[in-house]
Amino acid sequence: MIYNYYPGCTLSTNARALDRTARRCAERLGFPLVELPEWQCCGAVYPQAPDAVGERLGAVRALTAARDNGGTLVALCSACYHVLKRVNDDMAAVYPIRDKINNYLALEKPYHGETKVLHFLEVLRDHVGWNRLASLVTHPLAGRRIGAYYGCMLLRPGKVMALDDPESPAILEDFLRALGATPVVYDMRNECCGSYLAVTNRDYCREMVGRILASARDGGAEELLTACPLCAYNLVHNAAAEQQVPVTYFTELLARALGLATGGDVQ
Amino acid sequence: MTGTGPKTDLCNTGRLTPEKEADLTAQLLELADTDVKRCIQCGRCTANCPMAQHMDLVPSRMMWELKNGRASVVLAAASPWDCLSCFACETRCPRGLNPAGVMEAARLLSIRPAGAPVLTAEEVAELDPGMPQQAIVAAYRKFSK
Repeated sequence: MIYNYYPGCTLSTNARALDRTARRCAERLGFPLVELPEWQCCGAVYPQAPDAVGERLGAVRALTAARDNGGTLVALCSACYHVLKRVNDDMAAVYPIRDKINNYLALEKPYHGETKVLHFLEVLRDHVGWNRLASLVTHPLAGRRIGAYYGCMLLRPGKVMALDDPESPAILEDFLRALGATPVVYDMRNECCGSYLAVTNRDYCREMVGRILASARDGGAEELLTACPLCAYNLVHNAAAEQQVPVTYFTELLARALGLATGGDVQ
Repeated sequence: MTGTGPKTDLCNTGRLTPEKEADLTAQLLELADTDVKRCIQCGRCTANCPMAQHMDLVPSRMMWELKNGRASVVLAAASPWDCLSCFACETRCPRGLNPAGVMEAARLLSIRPAGAPVLTAEEVAELDPGMPQQAIVAAYRKFSK
């Protein structure tokens, strides 16, 4: 099976740690990531308007390339995963959008959403399995109380994303258990961090991050993990000084547990 | 800063003829792609919106105005520019509706006729060099097309 890989713009720049550790861990776990030879930015936000054809093209090109190379596409960044999965759903089920895009692209073989879009976490859960992952851990994260921060893009809307229960997810907690850590479940783990308002209004981000960090602290979390570079940025850079906690990409923790670690927390 | 975004000529409530109001409402409904007539005004979207406390027109009120054919009220609001597209409203709506889609439609209906970004580089405070590209691309998409 070929695990085609879509890194996205941020993993090639600010979030290199997420990219680097994921590739290394995937090799160790037996599913090497094969970066698509050509990929374009997914657009970072899902274009909701049904007539937004151009905004979907970057995602469709990646999905089509993956279809033509085995049919599976893995993403790591929550935003990329969100956009790829939702556009794929459009191409499978929303005929006016599918027809317009296929007419525009004039592909030799029209695209109908055939590619299976997976988050790296889904590969760990469904292809590797938590028990096998746990058996491969050489440096268990014993004694670490870690809160998983899901944010929005991984889970919502639940009907399309279908990664996990959007209101009571477990995938990151199961991941942490497999690594030997103690997962901390807290109320605000799937509420928004303020997202792109970091560009226009940091005060709103600080307010939202403050609520998330207070909830995590009340739950007993001593550190947080995330899959999203923008969540990581907001949790670190828009946190009040007295609320700062270490924030790590989930693949960094995985690399440490598998004895592959270098590098530090999200900066 | 609440309500980054334009107040276009479209938004001058009270100046519109009934025909123009109906036309704007039809355009907004088409772009929003959600059946606002099914909204029961339970307020769950507003209760779950992390930005509702800062909005001049909360999500449930946006749905109400659009349901009643008052697109100009929706377009005059600053709320769409504060929406994060976190989809808490959509996921938690008991009727399966998408208020975030209405917010996006309102943004597009303001941006497209203007033909120019509603947030220019000069209006953005100095960018932190550590800010992920993802944030910049997302803001570009939300405020420019």
